[in-house]
Amino acid sequence: MKKVLMKGNEALAEGALIAGCRGFFGYPITPSSEIAEYMARKLPKIGGAFIQAESELAAINMIYGGSSTGTRVMTASSGPGISLKQEGISFISEAELPCLIVNVSRGGPGLGGIQPSQADYFQATRGGGHGDYRIIVLAPSSSQEMMDLAILAFELADKYRTPVMIMAEGTLGNLMEPVIVREAVTEFLDKPWATTGCVGRKPNVINTLHLSQEELEGRNRHLTEKYKMISKNEKRAESFLLDDAEIVVVAFGLLARIIKKSVMEARKKGVKAGLIRPVTLWPFPDEHIQAVSRTARTILSVEINMGQMVEDIRLAAGGKIPVEFYGRIGFTPNPEEITRQLLFIAEREGLL
Amino acid sequence: MESEKQILFAGFGGQGVLSMSKFLAYAAMGAGKNVTWVPSYGAEMRGGTANCLVTIANEEISSPLTENPLMAIIMNKPSLERFENKVQPDGTLFVNSSMVDRKCRRDDLTVLEVPVNQLAEELDNLRGANMILLGAYLEKTRVVEVEDALEHFEQIFSGKRKEIIQKNRQAFLAGVEYARNNW
Amino acid sequence: MKTVFKKPESLTDAKFHYCPGCSHGIIHRLIAECLDELKIREQTIGICPVGCSVLAYEYFNCDMLEAAHGRAPAIATAMKRLLPDRYLFTYQGDGDLASIGMGEIVHASLRGEKITVIFVNNTLYGMTGGQMAPTTLLGQVTTTSPYGRSKDWEGYPAKMAELLAQNEGSAYICRTAVNDPPNVVKTKRAIKKALQTQARGLGFSMVEVLSTCPTNWGLSPVEAMKWVEENMIPYYPLGEFKVKEE
Repeated sequence: MKKVLMKGNEALAEGALIAGCRGFFGYPITPSSEIAEYMARKLPKIGGAFIQAESELAAINMIYGGSSTGTRVMTASSGPGISLKQEGISFISEAELPCLIVNVSRGGPGLGGIQPSQADYFQATRGGGHGDYRIIVLAPSSSQEMMDLAILAFELADKYRTPVMIMAEGTLGNLMEPVIVREAVTEFLDKPWATTGCVGRKPNVINTLHLSQEELEGRNRHLTEKYKMISKNEKRAESFLLDDAEIVVVAFGLLARIIKKSVMEARKKGVKAGLIRPVTLWPFPDEHIQAVSRTARTILSVEINMGQMVEDIRLAAGGKIPVEFYGRIGFTPNPEEITRQLLFIAEREGLL
Repeated sequence: MESEKQILFAGFGGQGVLSMSKFLAYAAMGAGKNVTWVPSYGAEMRGGTANCLVTIANEEISSPLTENPLMAIIMNKPSLERFENKVQPDGTLFVNSSMVDRKCRRDDLTVLEVPVNQLAEELDNLRGANMILLGAYLEKTRVVEVEDALEHFEQIFSGKRKEIIQKNRQAFLAGVEYARNNW
Repeated sequence: MKTVFKKPESLTDAKFHYCPGCSHGIIHRLIAECLDELKIREQTIGICPVGCSVLAYEYFNCDMLEAAHGRAPAIATAMKRLLPDRYLFTYQGDGDLASIGMGEIVHASLRGEKITVIFVNNTLYGMTGGQMAPTTLLGQVTTTSPYGRSKDWEGYPAKMAELLAQNEGSAYICRTAVNDPPNVVKTKRAIKKALQTQARGLGFSMVEVLSTCPTNWGLSPVEAMKWVEENMIPYYPLGEFKVKEE
């Protein structure tokens, strides 16, 4: 199988093209600009549309329009830009328009910094904008996954008629490693709801305003049923050395992959450590947490933020197992740092 | 995990730190190994520090990051200051002695020096300085076989003018030669 | 001994981080000299953009605010309305003023906000690595217009001085450059006139300064200055586009 050395950002962009994405609308922001630049080079050559929008706000509205044509479309940005997009994402969710939104995340709040971060977890998984809605959130941990999850994202977006977000910390966007380039997707769902000109059919309307109470409640219940179905079918997580694990680390993204090394090093020193790596941040793989809450001694939540996914872990654990948090800001921690944490906890708990 | 080697490349922006480390990554992949390449940038595009960590292994690589690389390729003095103490015990430093005028303060490290800028001037190819150090590095460590690296030269530098590829190749071989004769 | 040349009081001692040949250094100094000569440093509040000059708050020796991308005119508006006897200036680049901030700048000018805007036009986005800007010239290659800007796809570049000069609320709109000593002198004159326009309460003032980005243009500092003269000035003519006397 042919392997190509690709940066995370490029692998994601190429994955989108493989999945048939033919519209990119976005605004430059470090560390996501490479995705826009890749699309600027490639899309014109295959008859696609690349527009550098005047702002992230304009870009998300271009997504609303682009998706309404039935085309697979995407945008990419980082924290401050994703914040600007929230109104649009709320609209897109209500209008049930499929699309891919990429957040290559950086430090915040405010202008923050250009260092990697995972502090947009709340923004991503709690809807982020106004009203009752959810978006599917995927968290890759390698260049290969950047490509593969981009392909999956479009599939899920079309299947459920919902926005999908891929969230990757800045380091992953810049990480370069060999990637198996996948085959082009050839099968696409029909989109009879798209507004493409009503030749031979009744006109379609795409809107989000529902003035009557019954209509509004009906819409919200419908969306909620959809989210329940997604929750039932689409949770994804990776399990690593869980069978006899006494300390289970829960982390996502590139950080989680790095922690695999910490877990292996800790095992060499006699600590029975294991790892759960949620791949879907929403829907959150709570069953994985529930399973280890019956068998392990303690859970360690590690994030590049001040404590966000840890709340979902605690919710899932239901008080049956202690959950402690370790967070750093502004860089992806080295594996040695987490190994030390595991040893510290093991000693403290008398597990050595 | 045992075959894994992590090599830090450090210098200032514009010294070709990113491209020389990328070259190693391409060569490693060409030789059938697993490889990861992670950059870190200073704020400015020119003049800021640039460093890069390359991990090469036969098995799957979990962590592309580490606190303590096995080897470090040091292109300028501030990089020596910054990374000297991070290298693993009994690790190796490869130093551009044209720009680093002091000795390493640790006595457990193996230190191999190349007067890179001087050699580059002799070749009339100042921009090729980074490839000289890389050639010397590979000749000594065989992290990737020199022959394998040469085989992939065209592919790695694809898109650049023939003349640039030639100059880089020449610089690379000059480094190989230097290591053979001096280390 | 007589001091014949020194750093303006309105600049701090912080070393600029800008690339060699970047116009920011020149423009920062000119603004500072004007603040010194008008003796208004302590009454001045500056607002910097998101872009290469995001750290301008470290370089100007007066009260400074950071703004979200493009929003400086809105911030300046509120401040000037609440502190009308202070001098408000914004310092903005192509993306900040003409792209994401287009709404804010047009409305500040329509409302005749008594603020002074320094618009640094170098035809692209420097900080983020050289992407296209609304001011990128036709045919110009950038990382997001890899085949050259086309009138049929990306559309025509924005002429901000001309655009804003049309609004009644604009009191002084001028375009200058800093590619040679005579133009540097003219730029300083324009900045001073803009600040005096603000002092006289006549309305919105802006100086658009044609500037360099040697790093992303792939040119040496000297070549970059030539590029301004040969490529930018023909499309972005220098001069005063609006001057309100009263």
